[in-house]
Amino acid sequence: MGEIPDADGVGTVGNPVCGDLMSIYIKVKDNHIEDIKFKTFGCGAAIATSSMITELARGKTLEEAMKISRGDVADNLGGLPPIKMHCSNLAADGLHAAIQDYLKKKGVQK
Amino acid sequence: MLPYLTDKYGNPSSLHSWGNEARRALEDARSNIVDLIEAKKPEEVFFTAGGTESNNIAIKGVASRNKDRGNHIVTTSIEHMSVVNPCKSLMKQGFEVTFVPVDKYGVVDVQALEKAIKDKTTLVSVTYASGEIGTTQPIKEISEIVHSKGASFHVDAVSACGQTPINVQTEGMDLMSISSNDMYGPRGAGALYVRTGTRIEPIIQGGGQERGLRSGTENIAAIVGMGKAAEIATIEMKTEGKRLAGLRDHLIEGILQSVPASFLNGHPTKRLPNNANVRFSYIEGESLILSLDMQGVACSSGSACTSKTLEPSHVLLAIGLKHEEAHGSLLFTLGKNNTQEDVDYVVRVLPDIVKRLRAISPLTPKEMLQ
Repeated sequence: MGEIPDADGVGTVGNPVCGDLMSIYIKVKDNHIEDIKFKTFGCGAAIATSSMITELARGKTLEEAMKISRGDVADNLGGLPPIKMHCSNLAADGLHAAIQDYLKKKGVQK
Repeated sequence: MLPYLTDKYGNPSSLHSWGNEARRALEDARSNIVDLIEAKKPEEVFFTAGGTESNNIAIKGVASRNKDRGNHIVTTSIEHMSVVNPCKSLMKQGFEVTFVPVDKYGVVDVQALEKAIKDKTTLVSVTYASGEIGTTQPIKEISEIVHSKGASFHVDAVSACGQTPINVQTEGMDLMSISSNDMYGPRGAGALYVRTGTRIEPIIQGGGQERGLRSGTENIAAIVGMGKAAEIATIEMKTEGKRLAGLRDHLIEGILQSVPASFLNGHPTKRLPNNANVRFSYIEGESLILSLDMQGVACSSGSACTSKTLEPSHVLLAIGLKHEEAHGSLLFTLGKNNTQEDVDYVVRVLPDIVKRLRAISPLTPKEMLQ
């Protein structure tokens, strides 16, 4: 966890008003996610999903990482209570936003 | 209370000796409640299944009994959901409800309340003290206003009764809800005080138990437990209240001093002796609860995550907090088993937990992390 000051891509999702705000930072090398960190304001589930996404995405290619879904994050955590599925399970969205940010910075629209 | 689940399992409505035994136990428990709240007579105390049920009976029962006189109810913006939701349900049936605001400490705006009462107002319902932020209300002052306008006055005293001395005669409530499990009694029992002469009708109808106001065979074991809890509270409340208020103030001061950007929610002095509600900027309450739980500390929060609606507490929003401030609020309730050592322990472990969560929060200002 923490911040990557010279991140290649940053994805921020959620909203402090609803109680969950998450930033995912990625370093990309040779189309692979070399490093990934997070900062999260939120409940236990929001922090857990943030942490899990860093485990799941580290070392993956960008294409593989784009395929990681909310469901994958929840499954790898051993399931989430239904009420947390849509509010706190933001990490996959955050990762995807970080990758989009990276591609945009590189000039590749996707 | 245990014998009333086995050998003394009579039904108080039965005429045989087992029934008599249960009825005596029921009436003994009732007189314990009378003593606790200083009611005039036992006929004014009705047992229910708990605080929620008492609030429902009071609000719906008074509203519908007085429909011929008016359809307006006045309450406040910091009530428990067992007051809010019956009011909302009545709104769907054509009743009008005014939610009077509170100040930043959670004290009801008495002038606004007075203005809100109209000719067709039949009921005013105000909490004795919010269980969430702990702020106590000027009940006597409000009761005088309500009575001068000819409405009935209901007080939800669930979180206050047994914590702080209450006198229904001098403070002037017409109806008052109390609960067993908020004063160390078993769950599944509560009571509603109804002053003689108050117009109310039952919402649970059947065999006419509790003088027709709350039908259904009485939960004798739980009621006996509640009676005992009331008896103990009557004796210990004053000294225990003083002791808890001391611990509460130590806890609040200790936290505010050791954690930067932490603030007290509710009133600094007009508050329940067992209630400390503190908010921490930049972090979220549920993650605080979970971290404290791992250190053996049990507390709760106004965060959306701890509710079933995903909305932060309406009470915290009513005292003017922003959503993210409400999410970062923590409620500590102290009890008879808590000691100064417990308070010291919380003050010792909390700063590091807050620091760690702030370190991973995107909202924390950089200067704070140095």
